[in-house]
Formats: sequence, C-alpha cells, structure tokens
Amino acid sequence: MTEGTGAAHGGGRWYQTYVVTWVWLLLFTVIEIGAVALRLERALLVSLLLVLSLMKAALIVAYFMHLRYERLNLVYLVLTPLILIAALVGGVVPDALNAFHLRR
Amino acid sequence: MEVGEQRRVRATAWGGGESPFAVPWPKLMMWLFLLSDALTFAALLSGYGAMRLTSGAWPRQADFFNITAVVGPMTFILICSSATMAVAVGAARRGDRRLVTRFLGLTILGGLAFLGMQAFEWTSFIREGARLTGWVGHAEGIPPMFPATFFVITGFHGGHVTSGVIYLIIKALQAARGRFSGETIEVAGLYWHFVDLVWVFIFTLLYLI
Repeated sequence: MTEGTGAAHGGGRWYQTYVVTWVWLLLFTVIEIGAVALRLERALLVSLLLVLSLMKAALIVAYFMHLRYERLNLVYLVLTPLILIAALVGGVVPDALNAFHLRR
Repeated sequence: MEVGEQRRVRATAWGGGESPFAVPWPKLMMWLFLLSDALTFAALLSGYGAMRLTSGAWPRQADFFNITAVVGPMTFILICSSATMAVAVGAARRGDRRLVTRFLGLTILGGLAFLGMQAFEWTSFIREGARLTGWVGHAEGIPPMFPATFFVITGFHGGHVTSGVIYLIIKALQAARGRFSGETIEVAGLYWHFVDLVWVFIFTLLYLI
C-alpha cells in the first residue's frame, strides 16, 4: 500500500494526477454551464451534457477512486454490473418517449 | 507449507487463489456497497426521467433554481472536496499525519458548505410552494412530480453527503491522534468520491437538461 499503487506514475509530484483530474472536472463543469447559458439546440445540448457527465464520471472513477491502477479482476467486477443500469434505462426510455410524443 | 506454496503458484487471477482482486477486504466490501448504491441511484434517476417525459410540460429549472449563483458553486465545492479527499488518501499512504488531518478537515468543510447551500436551496424552493407530494398555492401547469422527484433525489443524495461528513469527522479525529492507515482513509475516500460521482449525474439531469 505504498508507492506502487499510488496515483502518480511517471515523473512529477505524487499529487500531480489529482490536480490535473481536478482541473479537468472543473473545466467540464464550466463547459456544461456555458452550454446551457448559450441555449444550444435542444438535442445537441442534451447529448453534449450526457457525454460530458459520463466523461466526468469516468475521470472520478479512474483517477480519484484509483480504479485504473487496480487489478483487471476488480475493474470487471465494478464495471459489469453497470450493464444492469443500461438494461434499466433501455427498458424505461422507449416507453417514456412514446408517451412523451403522444402528449405533444 | 509446501502445499500452500504450490497453491499460491498455481492460483491465477481468475482461479480464485488467495486474493483474486488484490485488494484488502474492507476496500472490496466498499466497492460492492457502492455498486449497489449506484444501482439505487440509477433506479431513482431513470424513474425521474420516465416521470419527466410522461408528465407533459416540465417547468424550466432556471425559474426555480439559481444555477450560476447556487447550484454551480455547490458543484464546484463538491468537486474541490473530492480533490482534497484524494490528496488526503495520498498523504495517508505516505503516513503524513498532519497532511491527512488537514486535508480531511478541508474535505469536511467542503461537505458542510455543500449541505448548507442545499439547505438554502430547499428552503427557498419550499417557500415558493413546493412540497414532497405537489404544490401549494399557484400551481397552474406545474406537475407534482417536479417537486417530488427533486426532493426525493436530492434528499437521498444529501443524506449520503451527511453520512459522509460524519464518517470523515470520525476518520479525521482518529487521524489527528495518529490512528489511521492508507487503507482506512482510502476506503473512506471511495465513499466520498462516489457521492461526488452521483452529484455529477444529478446536476446534469435535474438542473441542466
């Protein structure tokens, strides 16, 4: 539990990875708020926001939670159940979209 | 002795072996808990999506919440507290007691600031007439699911932040007396980062989209 599993690989101070991750997270958030303020076209805005939040989530899991540096077994253990979330969304969204279009 | 040696040599990553995930058990248990928690939040958020799509007109969030002055800063604070937590974990691995205590303290402050701003936001939303089951007063065209999903989801998340702050206060007090290890702080860190992770989706889905 010492240097080997640490986040900072390669050169630089040990907290460098955390600072870089932090800056990217803040940057993505600024872009998100900016995109809403710019009133982009609706479909474009929604897909941009979803992609950005997935990227933020990936940054947090990979670097703050160190998943990138864990054994592949653990990575699979954590990522495979997310299929259930995809199934849930895939089951709910078509039905809801159908009702959404009927309402219009 | 010899049998034990043989078993260790033969154990591959997938074959079970002595530690297939190569992590201490508290960390594995925290990951499993966070997975189940992630599925709970996924259920809440997809339920919210279904409610929102099927309820016809949905109010503009900016009419009720101040994104740039309150919700945006809340998000910034939570991201910053996640970063200070990551530094605390790194310091704990290096056995630096003072740095661990200081950065756990900063993380706790971030969590408290977040909770304070959320309390402010809930108060002003309730003053406008929002209730868990609908709307009081001028309610034309506002679906009751708007306040209901808001209170349930942000409340569930706020409960996580509150327990996280209590958890971190305990860890900080222990660390201040020199009772900490890289492992225990890292497990606490996993929980705290997860709370930040969930907020990423709540912020996007409830406030921005």
